[in-house]
Amino acid sequence: MNLFGPLWLSAQLALVTTIILVIVGAPVAWWLARTSSRVKPAIQAVVAMPIVLPPTVLGFYLLILLGPSGAVGSWWVQMTGSALTFSFTGLVIASCIYSLPFAVQPMQNAFESLPKKYLERAWTLGASRLDAFFSIAVPLSLRGFVSGIVLSFAHTLGEFGVVLMVGGNIPGETRVVSIAIYDHVETLNYGAAHRMSLVLVAFAFVVLAAMFVINRRWSER
Amino acid sequence: MIRLRHRLPKGGFVLDVDVEVPDTGITGVFGESGSGKTTLLRCIAGLERHDGLPVHERNVGYVFQDPGLFPHLTVRGNIEYGARRATTRRVESAPVIEMLGLGDLLDRRPDTLSGGEAQRVAIAAALLRSPDLVLMDEPLASLDRRRKDDLLPYFDRLHDELSVPVIYVSHDIEEISRLCDHLVVLEDGAVAASGGLGDVLSRVDVPVLSGRNAGVVLWASPVDQEDGLTKFEIGDGDIWAPGEFGAGSGPLRLRIAASDVSIARDRPTATTILNVLRATIEEVHAVDAATALVRLGIGNQELLARVTNRSVRRLDLRPGERVFAQVKSVTVRH
Repeated sequence: MNLFGPLWLSAQLALVTTIILVIVGAPVAWWLARTSSRVKPAIQAVVAMPIVLPPTVLGFYLLILLGPSGAVGSWWVQMTGSALTFSFTGLVIASCIYSLPFAVQPMQNAFESLPKKYLERAWTLGASRLDAFFSIAVPLSLRGFVSGIVLSFAHTLGEFGVVLMVGGNIPGETRVVSIAIYDHVETLNYGAAHRMSLVLVAFAFVVLAAMFVINRRWSER
Repeated sequence: MIRLRHRLPKGGFVLDVDVEVPDTGITGVFGESGSGKTTLLRCIAGLERHDGLPVHERNVGYVFQDPGLFPHLTVRGNIEYGARRATTRRVESAPVIEMLGLGDLLDRRPDTLSGGEAQRVAIAAALLRSPDLVLMDEPLASLDRRRKDDLLPYFDRLHDELSVPVIYVSHDIEEISRLCDHLVVLEDGAVAASGGLGDVLSRVDVPVLSGRNAGVVLWASPVDQEDGLTKFEIGDGDIWAPGEFGAGSGPLRLRIAASDVSIARDRPTATTILNVLRATIEEVHAVDAATALVRLGIGNQELLARVTNRSVRRLDLRPGERVFAQVKSVTVRH
C-alpha cells in the first residue's frame, strides 16, 4: 500500500489532467495554428511559460491564487466550503497549467501541418467548421493528439515542485509518487525510494518508446 | 440564368465580375493565369471572404485542381462524405459511380490511386453532394497528356448526362472547345467576353482569343466515310476530317484553329488541302503589326483565319467579298 498508494494517486492525477488538457488544449491549439491575430505571440508565450519557469515560481503564484484568500481560492471556498490548496482538485488545476504546453504544442504542430485544401474541400462538401474539425482535422492530426496525450500524462506524473508548493504531502489526497520518493530519500528509506523510482523509470521508457514507434509507423505510411 | 456578381480587391489586383450564365450545361471560364479565374470560383464558393453565407450552406460542388482526397478515408468514404451532408439527396450514388467508372476502386485508399482516378473520385464526391452548381477549377491541369486523354471521355459523359450546371475554369482552349456550351472570357479580373461558345470563339476583338488560342468550333453532322476520313456537311460545302464517326449521331463539334485556315481568291485546284469552302468575309481585324484575324461566314456558321496584314493588302480582302477558305486541319470532338 505504501508503494501503491502514491503511484495510484499520481496515475489518477495524470489521467484527469490529460483528459482536461485534450479537451481544453485542442481548441487553443486549433486557434493558435490558424490565427493570424496580433495577440498570437503573446498567447503562445503564456502557453509556453511553464516550460521555462521554475516550478517553484509557478507553484508560488498558484498557491496565492488558489489559497483561501486568493481570487480563485476564495470563490471556491464560497462555492464548496473547502479549500483548493492541499487538495486533489487544487493539484489537478495546477497540473493542467503546468502541463499545458506539453499538450498544446504537439497538437498545434499537427494542425499547422494540415494542408488547408482538406478543410476547404470539406466545407464545399457541406461540412460546417465544427464538423470539418472533427471529421477531417482531428483524424488527420492523430499523431499530434497521441504525442500531446503521452507527453502531458508523463509530464504530470513527473511533476514535483508545483505539487510540493500547492499540494503539500497529504497521503491519499496530495501525496503523489514524486513526493513520496523525496520523503523516502529524506528518511534514508532507500529501498522504498528505489522501488517507486524504478517503476517510474520503466514507465517513462515504455511510454516514450511506444510513442516513437507509433510515430515512425505513421511517417512510413 | 445564374447571375455571378463578385467584387474583390486583392493586393494590386481587383476582381470585378457581373455576368449571367445559363443554369444548364457547362459554362467555360477562360483566361490566362492571373486573370482571376480561380479567384472568381473561390468567391462563388465563399472560400475567399468569410463575411457572407458560410461555404457549407451554399450547396455548390467544388472540384479543385488538386483532387485533395481525404487520406484517412477510403474511396467510398470520400465519395459519401458529401452525400451524407447533403440537405436534399437528389443525386443517386450508383449511377455516378458507374458513370465515372469507380466501381472497382471503392475500397482503395486515396494514396494508391493515379491522378486521374483521384480526380474522378473528387468529381463523384462533389456531384453526390447534390449541388445546385458545380465549380471545376482546372480539373485536368495537374495531369499529364495521357491521363488527360483518359479522363476527357468522362467529362464528355458528364456533359451529356448531368442536369446540374457546371462552371469550368481552364486556360486550355482545346478543353473549353470540347466541353463547354457557353463561354466567359476573363482578362485582368474583368469579363472581356461572354456568350455562347461559338459566338465568343468567333470574335476577333478579344485579345486573349486572338493569339495562339484563336479558333472556332463548328457543329456539323457526319454523312459519309471514306479512306479513314469522315465527311461532314457544313453550309454549302463539306469538311473531311480524320477518324471514323458514325452517321446519324447528330451534329458533332469540329474545332478549327485560325492558324490552320488560309484564304484564296480563286478556288485552288492542285493542292493537298482537302477542305476548300466557299466563304464570305465578315470582318478583318489587325491583331498586331504583322497579323490579322479574318472572320469568314460559311453557311450560317463562322470560321476564323489567321493571315498576315501583307496578304490582306495584297489580296485586298474586305468585308462582304466572296473567297475560298482552305482548312488544313480539323479536330472532331466526341
